[in-house]
Amino acid sequence: MTPTLPLVVLALVVAGIVAHVTSPAARRWVSPAVGALGVLMLAALWYLGLFWAPPEQYMSDVGRILYVHVPHVWMALLAFTLNVGCAVAYLTKKSWVTDALAEAAAEVGVYFGAVGVLMGSIWARPTWGVWWDWDPRLISTTVMLLAYVGYLALRSFTDDPERRATWSAAAAILSYVSLPIVWFSVRWWNSLHQVQSNPSTVDKPMVAVLRWGAVTMLCFLFVFIVKRYELARSRQTAALELPPLEAPRPEAA
Amino acid sequence: MTRPSLLGAAWLVLKKDWQIEWRTRARLTALLFFSLATLLLFSFAMGPDVTTLRAHAPGYLWLGLLFASVLSLGESFRVEAENQALTGLVLTPVEPRAIFLGKVLGNASLLFGLSLVLLPVTVALYDVDLGRAPLKLLLVLFLGCLGISAPGTVYSAISANARARDVMLPLLLFPVLVPLLLAAVSATKFTLAPDPQEQLGSWLRLLTAFDLIYLSVGFLLFPKVVEED
Repeated sequence: MTPTLPLVVLALVVAGIVAHVTSPAARRWVSPAVGALGVLMLAALWYLGLFWAPPEQYMSDVGRILYVHVPHVWMALLAFTLNVGCAVAYLTKKSWVTDALAEAAAEVGVYFGAVGVLMGSIWARPTWGVWWDWDPRLISTTVMLLAYVGYLALRSFTDDPERRATWSAAAAILSYVSLPIVWFSVRWWNSLHQVQSNPSTVDKPMVAVLRWGAVTMLCFLFVFIVKRYELARSRQTAALELPPLEAPRPEAA
Repeated sequence: MTRPSLLGAAWLVLKKDWQIEWRTRARLTALLFFSLATLLLFSFAMGPDVTTLRAHAPGYLWLGLLFASVLSLGESFRVEAENQALTGLVLTPVEPRAIFLGKVLGNASLLFGLSLVLLPVTVALYDVDLGRAPLKLLLVLFLGCLGISAPGTVYSAISANARARDVMLPLLLFPVLVPLLLAAVSATKFTLAPDPQEQLGSWLRLLTAFDLIYLSVGFLLFPKVVEED
């Protein structure tokens, strides 16, 4: 497998997401199809990550956690970016759609971020010798998670739907703004951080598997957010008695 | 009566908050004894070793201020919840942003005053040397208190009306304040102890940047947060 193959699949997945967002007719089949693709890609990722990719130069087999750890954190960042985008959109123009999407993105982002940090901690033990370290990425991801747990708590502790939407949008923006500042402050605090890898310093098959992992997780991120969004919408509908999003499907009845 | 300008209105809000504070003096007294108890608890938890205590004094001071700020910020909007005073304040013909500025300055000045009282206490408990760079120390304290108050005012306006508001405020505020805590503790450390690599300047810049960023974000967001539907 070449490093470009995952990019081809990525283009496919992105096309599916665009189709889902723009065309209501495509909505019925896109997310099951992407979900199925994700499951197939995950099965392949097991083989690629555990057997096909070469062992890491210094960390040998321990380094293989990279292929799931890094994609998880990337997806968390992506989800939080979507969340803050929705928050800004909500404050600009009030809409239940962006509010529900913000809720879905935050919750799925917290899941991916928590799993990512947990795996990072497991990885740190055999390589750095500690479970926890003053690494800027580790600290800023954890702080980001805490901030978004606070965001979700605020949502569940506010009863009025409109106030919940406005307040949580404000909280989302304040939390997101803090991310780069946390990153810089921790970096200054402990300037002995390791340099971030980029594709030119990593072996080609490893880049390919990492990208494969990222596209796999993107499939799951998309499906989770879609499901969570539908749930949030139906809760809103129940709370506000809005007209339903789409007519009930005959087979679902 | 003419409509006051933004800063004029902010000044009026600030004066009103100071007046409430001065007439009861309840918040200031409670805060003072709360932070004294916190600083004492830190020294009990760490034991009697003066070298350790002195080395960690900036951290204890800022944690004491941070814990006290949660009480103080929560109270600053709780007084507005009585008789729906906040609604009255929002209905006055001034910009909601003026309320934000006034409240931030009110909270920051209260915290700053508290920190001035706590300084001699740190000398007594942790044996620190305040005479090394007193003006810079005051600057660090002021910037730090302003930095706690800027996001804190937005969050306390939010959490004052939410359920479980006493838990909500620290849950929302503490993650955002992590960089401020790092910068304030480091900067304070370098005003109390020798600074051979001259790191104080960069931490002061980070503190200033933090203050400016959160003052402007809060300035933009606050009207949305307090608007009535």
